[in-house]
Amino acid sequence: MIPVIGLVVGVGLGLFLQPDVPLWLQPYLPIAIVAALDAVVGALRALGERRFDDRVFVVSFISNVTIAGFMVFLGDQLGVGSQLSTGVVVVLGIRIFANAAAIRRRIFHA
Amino acid sequence: MPDAERPHRAAPSRRAGSQVLVALLVGGLAFAVTVQVRQDDATDYGSLRGVELVELLKSVDVANERLAGQIDELTATRDRLRASRGDAAEAEDVARQRAEELAVLAGSVGATGPGVRLTVSDPDGLVDAGLVLDVLQELREAGAEAIVVNDTARVVAQTYVLDDEQGLRIGGRQVSSPYVFDVIGDPSTLEESITFRGGVRDLLQARGAQAAVDRRSTITITALADVRTPEYARPDVGTP
Repeated sequence: MIPVIGLVVGVGLGLFLQPDVPLWLQPYLPIAIVAALDAVVGALRALGERRFDDRVFVVSFISNVTIAGFMVFLGDQLGVGSQLSTGVVVVLGIRIFANAAAIRRRIFHA
Repeated sequence: MPDAERPHRAAPSRRAGSQVLVALLVGGLAFAVTVQVRQDDATDYGSLRGVELVELLKSVDVANERLAGQIDELTATRDRLRASRGDAAEAEDVARQRAEELAVLAGSVGATGPGVRLTVSDPDGLVDAGLVLDVLQELREAGAEAIVVNDTARVVAQTYVLDDEQGLRIGGRQVSSPYVFDVIGDPSTLEESITFRGGVRDLLQARGAQAAVDRRSTITITALADVRTPEYARPDVGTP
């Protein structure tokens, strides 16, 4: 229940404050969001399979975001920023789809 | 896979704490998504990398070039159309003016202008077609541009004059004494052409008819000639 409240509060804050993304964060934020989404979808899957663990979720969330950000940073330094960003998004997208498929199979048995 | 894989049970207090932490993370994600979505609405090139900016610049340059070419093309087309429309309008004006002039000569429209009114009263009925034709010829020689007799018979190139039992037939229309010639042209020249010694007026008076010439600043002719479409004659324009 509390996470749902957190979700609502987060959306509300974003709409209410309408902050501008700082320049230094702009390349990282979209990738970080996708990485975090991966963690959230994974957590939803674990929740459905009744093996959700707060600690694992927190660690995977933070590590996903950190690693994704680091890869973008590294790509920028190596001069392949856009390609590496695309790669990270593709990999995370595949993971999101796989988890979503597992959830779907569990709910609809299809 | 760093996802939740091990079943884990903890004390209620710790569970509440981690739930808050999870809520914070989810809230942060929601916040970031909202901000980022809003950020994307405004076109901001600050987040783009150098290579992307170069690509963007290139595509904008190409589009710019293509659009400039289109502008040149369309401007040329517009100028051409405008010029041709101007020519067409001018030609149409000239043609319309010419048609109006010809219509007056052909008697297919009414006419107005300065001129004279020649009234011939013929109590003895001695004025015949030949004499009327003489009058008309004299008037034409004096530059008459439009002639009508008794407000009914418009005199044009095809008009004929015949003797008839009741009087005269001018262009198929019956006219009888007194004959009133309304003539548009230079009033003084027209008057001269009638009144000179030994001229038309003297001829008429010799037949016992009275002729009176009256200058008018405005003569309006409403009678129209019967316009016939040529059956045999065809225009021969520019064929050598």
